[in-house]
Amino acid sequence: MFDVIVIGGGVIGGAVLRELTKYKISVCMLEKENDVCMGQSKANSGIVHAGFDAAEGSLKAKFNVAGNKMMPAYAEELGVKYVNNGSLVVAFSQEDLKTLQVLKARGETNGVTDMEIISKEELRALEPHISENALGALHAKTGGIVCPYGLTIAAIGNAMDNGAKLYTDFEVVDMQKQDGVFTLTAKDGRTEQAKLVINCAGLGSGKIAALAGDSDIVVKGRRGEYILLDRESGDFVSHTLFFTPTQKGKGILVTQTADNNILLGPTSEEVETGNTDTTADGLAFVIQKVNAMVNNPPLYNTITSFTGVRAYSTRHDFILEESKHVAGLLHCAGIESPGLTSAPAIAKYVVEELVSKHIDLQKNENFQGKRKAEYFFKQLSVEEQNALIRKDPSYGRIVCRCEQITEGEIVRAIRENPPAKNIDAVKRRTRAGMGRCQGGFCQPFVAELIAKQQGIPFEQVTKNGKGSEIVVGVSK
Amino acid sequence: MKNAYDIVIIGGGPAGLAAAIAAYDAGVKDILILEREDRLGGILNQCIHNGFGLTRFKESLSGPEYAARFIDEVEKRAIEVLTQTTVLSLTKDKTVTAINTEYGVFTVQAKAVVLAMGCRERSRGALNVAGSRPAGVYSAGTAQKYVNIKGYLPGKSVVILGSGDIGLIMARRMTLEGAKVHAVCEIMPYSSGLKRNIAQCLDDFDIPLYLNHTITKIEGDKRVTGVVVSKVDENRKPIKGTEMHFDCDTVLFSVGLIPENELTKSAGIDLSPRTRGAVVYQNRETLVDGVFACGNVLQVHDLVDFVSEESELAGVSAAKYVLGEREEKDVIDVVNGKNVSYVIPQKLDKKASGNVKLFFRATGTFRNCVITAKCGDTVLLQRKKQIVVPGEMETLLLAQAKIAAAQGNIEITLEEQA
Repeated sequence: MFDVIVIGGGVIGGAVLRELTKYKISVCMLEKENDVCMGQSKANSGIVHAGFDAAEGSLKAKFNVAGNKMMPAYAEELGVKYVNNGSLVVAFSQEDLKTLQVLKARGETNGVTDMEIISKEELRALEPHISENALGALHAKTGGIVCPYGLTIAAIGNAMDNGAKLYTDFEVVDMQKQDGVFTLTAKDGRTEQAKLVINCAGLGSGKIAALAGDSDIVVKGRRGEYILLDRESGDFVSHTLFFTPTQKGKGILVTQTADNNILLGPTSEEVETGNTDTTADGLAFVIQKVNAMVNNPPLYNTITSFTGVRAYSTRHDFILEESKHVAGLLHCAGIESPGLTSAPAIAKYVVEELVSKHIDLQKNENFQGKRKAEYFFKQLSVEEQNALIRKDPSYGRIVCRCEQITEGEIVRAIRENPPAKNIDAVKRRTRAGMGRCQGGFCQPFVAELIAKQQGIPFEQVTKNGKGSEIVVGVSK
Repeated sequence: MKNAYDIVIIGGGPAGLAAAIAAYDAGVKDILILEREDRLGGILNQCIHNGFGLTRFKESLSGPEYAARFIDEVEKRAIEVLTQTTVLSLTKDKTVTAINTEYGVFTVQAKAVVLAMGCRERSRGALNVAGSRPAGVYSAGTAQKYVNIKGYLPGKSVVILGSGDIGLIMARRMTLEGAKVHAVCEIMPYSSGLKRNIAQCLDDFDIPLYLNHTITKIEGDKRVTGVVVSKVDENRKPIKGTEMHFDCDTVLFSVGLIPENELTKSAGIDLSPRTRGAVVYQNRETLVDGVFACGNVLQVHDLVDFVSEESELAGVSAAKYVLGEREEKDVIDVVNGKNVSYVIPQKLDKKASGNVKLFFRATGTFRNCVITAKCGDTVLLQRKKQIVVPGEMETLLLAQAKIAAAQGNIEITLEEQA
C-alpha cells in the first residue's frame, strides 16, 4: 500500500510524482502503456509558452506564467536542454496587428514580462526567412523550447531514483474506496492500493474521473500532425513563430526544437480516439501554412512526420481539483497547452495545496533532485568524456551515427530508471534513431544491446512492445 | 597510432580502400584509415549477391569477395587502420576528431584528407508517407543487414517502395528466404535500378513492378498489416480512385541514397545541391585544398567498380598533394545543360594534365540521343547513344588539349534526335 498513487506517466504525472518524492511518503505511478511518456507528452510542440495566450484569471494563465519562470531551473536539474529562444506571434493583416495589442495587454495582466510589439523590419532582422507578407510581430522574450519527452522521462526517472515505484501496462479499469483506502484494478487483474490517488491520465483523465462518478469532467482529444526537419536545417529559424491566433486556436507554428531540429505543425482536428496516423491532407496543410509563414522552408530535409493527440476538457481550462464524489481523488485533467510549460507549477500546487490537506508532508532530507552527468555524454567536455571512456569504454563506441549516441548511453538507458524496454523507448531516452537515417543504421545494434541487457532472444526485441517484434524469425 | 599522418582517409569501404592503396603506390606511405564498423569493407560486407567486379576484374564476385581483394592489398602494404572508430568532426585545416574505445576522443592532424564516408538510404520519414508507424517498416539496406549479417528474417509478406538496386536485390533476397514479395512500386515512370537487376531480381521471380505507383498509406498498430498503393499522375500526385490494397507485414523502402556529407559540411566544404556531395575538380579535390572526395559520398555510383576507379584517382591526387605537386589552378565550370541532372567533376583545372572522364546522369529516359560537350558555340565532343536512363551513369572522355583550349565554361547537353 502506498501513500499516493499517480495515474498516468506523462509530463504532469511525472512532475507530480517527482514533487511527491521530496516528502517522506511512499508513492507509485501507474501507466497503461508499456513505457512512460507514450501519449501527448511525447508528441507536442515542446514550447515553453510565455503566457500571453491564456484568458485572464484562468488556471492556464496562472500556471503558465508560474511554470515559465520555473522551467529553466527545473530542466537544468533534470539535465534536459531548455533554450530561451523567444516567441514571435506574427501578424499578416491589420486585424492581426490589433490582436497583437490585445495579446500584449492580456500578457501584462497575466504577469508576463519582456514583451514588445516589433515592426516588419525588426521581425526580418530576427528571422531573415520570414514571409514578405508579415507585417509585424509580438516578441515574447520569455518564450522557450524544451524537449518534452526528455523532460517527462527525466522527471519520472529522478522520482524513481528517489524511491518512487513505476508499474507499466497497468490500465486502471476500476477504482474502489473503502475505509479510507483506494484499490485500483488493472485490466489484467493486478491491484494497487493507496490513501490518495492523483489522476494525471491525460486523454484518459475523463475516464478515470468517470470511475468516481465525476461526470462533469469531460475530456476529448484533438489531433495534431507534425513534420520534423533534420538538424542540418536547424538554424532556418531561431524563434518560435506563431500565426496570430484566431477563434480556431493558435494554428501551425514553425519552431526550432531544443535539439536543434525544425518542427512544423500541428494541425488541429477534434477526434474521439487516440489514433496517431498521419494523413496526406494533414501534412499538406502543414506545408501550405508553413509556406505562408516563411520563404523556401527546407522541406527536402524532412526526416519524419508524426501525430499527437492532445487532451482538452470541455471547460477549456485546466481542472486541478478534488473529486466532488470521492474524497482523496485529485484530478489534474484536461491539461492541454500550455500544460508542458505549466507542469512544474502544477506539480508544486497539487502537492503543496491539495495533497497536503490529506497527508502530513514531512521533507525527505535524502531527496536528490539532480540527475547524474553521465546521462548527457554530448554535453560533457572532452576531458570529462575521456575520463568516462576510461572508466567504461562503451562510451567510446558510437552506435547512432546521426545523433552521435554511444553504446554506453544506450546501455544506461536500458538499465536505469525508468528502464527502456524496446527500441522506441531507447530512442526517446537517448535520441538513438531520431536522426536523419531514422534508425536505418543503428536499429540492429540497438536491438542487440536490448537483447543482451535483458537476456532475451533477438526475436523478442520489439519496436514498441508486444506485437511489434522487429524480426519474424531466423534467415535460412 | 600517431597524432599526425600524411593522409587520413575517412571510411574503410570500397572508396577508402582503393584510395589508400593508390595513394600508397603513388609514394605516400604514411596513411591512416578510419572506419566506424568493426571491419573494413563497408556496405559490401552485406552484399552477398554476385555481380561485383565484372568491369574491373572481368569476373562476377560477391560483395565480400570484391572487398577482400582490396583489404588484402591494404594489409600487404601494412597501411594503418583503426576500426570501430567514428570521426566526429573535420576542420578546414585538416584536423580530424574521432572517438573509439581505446583512445577516447582524440584528434589527428593530416596533410591531406580523403572523404570516403559513403551514403545512407533515404528513410520512410523523408517521404511523409501517411499512415501509422508500426514495426515492419525498413529501408531495404537495413533489411539486407538483418538477413545477411544478423541472420534474421524481417518479415514474410512484403511490399517494396522504390525500384533502386537495393530494393530490387532485396525483392529477390526476401523471396529466396521464403517471403512473398507482392509488389515493387515505383513513383517514377522508370526504374532507377540497373536493367540486369530488373531482369534477374523481379522478372525471374514473377514479382510485379508497378511504375507510376506509390504507397499512400501504411496500416497497422504494432506491426504492419497492409499498405494502400495508388497510381500517380504526371506530377507524381496520387490519383483518387486508383487505390489498391495489399495485405503485408513488411514494407521496404528503396527510395534513394544520400551521400553522408555531415563531416564535409562541418568543415565548410562546398556541396552541390544536385549531388549532395562535394563540388570537385577532375582530380577529386574539393574546394578546400588538400581535401579530396570519392565514391558514394561524392556521387551515388551504379557499380562499385566505378567507385574503385574514382577513388584511385582521389588517392593518387592526395599523394601528389602531399608530395608537393601543386600549382595554381586555372578553373572553368562544367555546366549541367539540357536534360542533364548533374556532371562530376563540376570544375576543371585547365592546367591539370591528363584527359578527363566526365560522369553524368540524365534527368529522364531518352532515346536516339546525342550527347554534346560544348564551350560557347564550339562543339568539343559529340556522341550518339540509343538509350539513356537516369539509373545508369553516362561517361564522356574529354581530351586534355580541348579543356586547356576552352575559352569558358563547358556545357554538357543531351538531346533526342527527331
